[in-house]
Amino acid sequence: MEKHSYEVENLNLWYGSSQALHEVKMDIPSNQVTAIIGPSGCGKSTFLKALNRMVEMVPGVKVAGNIKYNGDDILSSKYHPEELRTKVGMVFQHPNPFPKSIYDNVAFGARVKGIRKKAVLDEMVEKSLKRAAIWDEVKDRLNKNAMGLSGGQQQRICIARAIANEPDVVLMDEPTSALDPISTLRVEELIQQLKEHYTIVVVTHNMQQASRISDRTAFFLNGEIIEYDNTDQIFSNPRDRRTEDYISGRFG
Amino acid sequence: MSRRIINNFATSVFILCAVIMTATLVYLLGYILTNGLSNVDWSFLTTNSSSAMEGGGIKNQLWNSFYILVVTLILSVPLGVLGGIYLAEYARPGKLTNVIRTSVEVLSSLPSIVVGMFGLLVFVQYAGLGYSIIAGALALTVFNLPIIVRVTEDSIRSVPKKQKNASLALGITHWHTVKTVLVPAAFPGILTGILLSAGRIFGEAAALLFTAGLSTNNLQFDTWNPFNSDSPLNPFRSAETLSVHIWKVNSQGIMPDVDEIASGSAAVLILFVLVFNVTARVIGNIIYNKITGSK
Repeated sequence: MEKHSYEVENLNLWYGSSQALHEVKMDIPSNQVTAIIGPSGCGKSTFLKALNRMVEMVPGVKVAGNIKYNGDDILSSKYHPEELRTKVGMVFQHPNPFPKSIYDNVAFGARVKGIRKKAVLDEMVEKSLKRAAIWDEVKDRLNKNAMGLSGGQQQRICIARAIANEPDVVLMDEPTSALDPISTLRVEELIQQLKEHYTIVVVTHNMQQASRISDRTAFFLNGEIIEYDNTDQIFSNPRDRRTEDYISGRFG
Repeated sequence: MSRRIINNFATSVFILCAVIMTATLVYLLGYILTNGLSNVDWSFLTTNSSSAMEGGGIKNQLWNSFYILVVTLILSVPLGVLGGIYLAEYARPGKLTNVIRTSVEVLSSLPSIVVGMFGLLVFVQYAGLGYSIIAGALALTVFNLPIIVRVTEDSIRSVPKKQKNASLALGITHWHTVKTVLVPAAFPGILTGILLSAGRIFGEAAALLFTAGLSTNNLQFDTWNPFNSDSPLNPFRSAETLSVHIWKVNSQGIMPDVDEIASGSAAVLILFVLVFNVTARVIGNIIYNKITGSK
């Protein structure tokens, strides 16, 4: 039996009085890439942000149901979101490096946790940047401001910053939608390499991307999971009519 | 054709407004400085003022202005910055927050003479502080606090939301996010606001007339025990500041060189306010470049 990083059941979520997620049930396998697709406003980003409880930042949000991460109920009041978020990294749609040097960006989380030894930080920064496939491009200018890099490079710095925390899951919210095609390709290749070490959940509105990079794909529509299966199955032989309509471009 | 004329017309209106603004400022500064600086020399800055004789200086007034400024900033900066951070980051939208925000706005629009009357009643009389530096600084705090709260709140809010999210998503607590992401990014704005408000405090007269008083003891600049009534550091002595001095000399001075003293004091005042403003910009830029790493 395969190992699951997340087991989600009966997940309902409201923004004020409007319900954004309905009875979502989904198991997310470890060390695989799970893609979430669906039209704008279908709840895919909301679902992703529920997985690291960033959704709680939205005023008036209400979450009910079960989200188990490695067997622990993360919606329980005893579970601290900070603890969860060090284990579950997140990469956002728009690259958001801090206005600091490349080195300081990657070392940020560790420094806040009190790691001060330069040798430890150096090693961690190098390892993270190598895993994020950007070490060769930036190794000679680690003290330059990360804001001066291109969008694609910034996004890989953000990935390096997330994995420097040594998470075991990385959530990505449309990580390439603000990038040009070449940068997109590099980030896609990177995602494929990363699954060796991390469980990846990626929200995308780009169906070709989902089919290229993911092992499993979930199709969301109006806050519900319509279909969730192996990516090959979804794209070659969808069971639900609405999935077929969506992936063949008839709506959305 | 006509659209082009309108465009040119609009451009010239903007240029005209800019010219009028700049010209007024240059004329005002030029007038005060050319009239005043000829009366300013080292002995003017380092002699005691005289109430009837010619040749008085502004030593004590200058010292008092700086001392009151420092005490006011010590009182208002911590309170104002923390209040601003609270409003920007912790206050939940609701009735209480609205009341706080409205109070801050009303406070910042109070005329300074009213703040002075308030200070006279509350600090000078009710609290029994008398005409003193501490009463003056408290009155100035009342009118400086809202500015610092506002500047801090605005600076914190103008830090892009995605940076706050980046930090929280790394599992960093709200407090550490405020401390390590939001405040550093907002720091140049906060510092500039504080220094600009320092210029206003330095030039304030009305709020001090009834709180810090119109007279100064004969200060002994070798007596640093703050409890000695002639010590420059004594916060409980009355203290006439530079701007109050200008007002007093102009309205009731009987010395023969009234005009020279007033214009000289005005020039010194303006110079220091200019120094605050320029310093605000320079330091703000330096710090911004520092915390954001090299370009």
